[in-house]
Amino acid sequence: MENKIKKAYENAPKTWILKLVLTLVVVCILVWSSSTVKITDNSGKGLQVAGNIISGIFHPDPKLLFTTAKAGVPYLLLETMCIAFLGTIVGAVISVPLSFLSASNIMPKPLALIGRTLIAAIRTIPAFIYGLMFIRVTGPGPFAGLLTMSLCSIGMVSKMFIESIEDLDKRILESLDAAGCTTFQKIRYGILPQLFPDFMSTLIYRFDMNLRDATVLGLVGAGGIGAPLIFAMSAYRWNEVGSILLGLIILVLIIEWISSKIRSKLTRG
Amino acid sequence: MKLYDRIFRPKKYTLPNGKVVEEKFTRLPLVLLILLVCTIISVHITGFNFAILGRNGSKFFDILKAMFPPNTGYMPKIWQPLWDTIKMSVLGSFVGAVLAVPFAVLAASNIVSNRVVVFVDRLFLSLVRTLPTLVCALIATYIFGLGTMAGTCAIAVFTFAYIGKQLFELIETVDMGPYQAMEALGANRVKSFVTAIFPQVLPTYISVSLFCLEGNVRYASILGYVGAGGLGLIMNEKIGWREYDSVGMILIVLFITVVAIEWLSHTIRKHLT
Repeated sequence: MENKIKKAYENAPKTWILKLVLTLVVVCILVWSSSTVKITDNSGKGLQVAGNIISGIFHPDPKLLFTTAKAGVPYLLLETMCIAFLGTIVGAVISVPLSFLSASNIMPKPLALIGRTLIAAIRTIPAFIYGLMFIRVTGPGPFAGLLTMSLCSIGMVSKMFIESIEDLDKRILESLDAAGCTTFQKIRYGILPQLFPDFMSTLIYRFDMNLRDATVLGLVGAGGIGAPLIFAMSAYRWNEVGSILLGLIILVLIIEWISSKIRSKLTRG
Repeated sequence: MKLYDRIFRPKKYTLPNGKVVEEKFTRLPLVLLILLVCTIISVHITGFNFAILGRNGSKFFDILKAMFPPNTGYMPKIWQPLWDTIKMSVLGSFVGAVLAVPFAVLAASNIVSNRVVVFVDRLFLSLVRTLPTLVCALIATYIFGLGTMAGTCAIAVFTFAYIGKQLFELIETVDMGPYQAMEALGANRVKSFVTAIFPQVLPTYISVSLFCLEGNVRYASILGYVGAGGLGLIMNEKIGWREYDSVGMILIVLFITVVAIEWLSHTIRKHLT
């Protein structure tokens, strides 16, 4: 018995050279990348600021938190939610044809490649540049934020859509064909039931992400809770920051909980 | 849902053997109704308007047009921030991914039997996850001063939260057989974790980390906007000066970098699985 174990150990592939090389490569990359990090502020003020921030976050401004005015946290959260929701929907509407065009199992390869490059290009442009572009169209406000969100969603949403389209089980379509179904029936009973849960789960997940990323919109004045948050931060009004963050965190946690419930229901069927 | 079923009675089928099977009424109308109401509220609040979109839609391309042809003369000044961005995301991703391991282990309910520890740890992870990266970066700039250190911190925090969650879900779905066998043979828990569970999660852990790195390179370009170093810094500056051809050049460089890193990590991830 023991001999057998020893033999098995001796026959184990010797990978230490590979491991050594990999470790060296990783260490080299880390050393190289740490060369960029310089702490510029050594005055010790940093800790004091950190203390202020934390105390502000734990002492939120109740006036801002419980009001129905347009500058209050509840309304801003509602606005942010609306931006994220409509942004996700508009993004989905654009993504569906785009992802069908870029799925390599139903489209010719070159066309799919063009579609993928387009999606990658859309993904690369940072959100605040889209925000600037849309502000020219709509003027500052939540409308611009919504359009920005929808463009930003396209990247991830269509990537996930493409994956689920490429995972389509074609045998089901063949059996429906054999049973004599028309094209419409094939789409209704063969394709939609396969895609729908995946699509919905992607969209709900994206809604989650959009809600979290909505602060970026505030940078360029495209509505939502980002702008007041960033103003409050740059003015060192940590109590306001605290109340806004508190509202945002609670909202995101609730939405996350609901969305994970719905998504697990969708995947289990 | 029960109320819904009471209003719309489920259809009843009687099978040939006398058994009665119920088919619940489709939920589609309810879901559609909820979606419709949400959409109407959102349209009202955000001021969504097709007329404006149709009238001014072409203005969207103003900046895009100004970006072409990109200013290639600006290229020499892009290299430094580009490397900064890449270095920031590599270091941030690494630190975040390593820090996430102990927290993920503590949050896995099949390893840690103490419910309080698991709950507190998970709450902590989701709290960190809800913190917007931009806010992280801003706070970091106050603490560490303007520069790449702040950006690295923000990326590390974001990566930590994301990988922490993925990893503990991964550990929970692992095959516990080898772990129990190790424990039965007398190994302590740390040893059995390292030899029995770690090899199972390692490939996916590395691939999730690489995936995170991809996204971080893209994200690092936004962080510059709040003064956290990297490409965003010069992008912000050039937008301020309305030198959109330079912005176009930066975007092209960013695009090529992101595609290259994505390709690299995709190749490595394929080898892993």
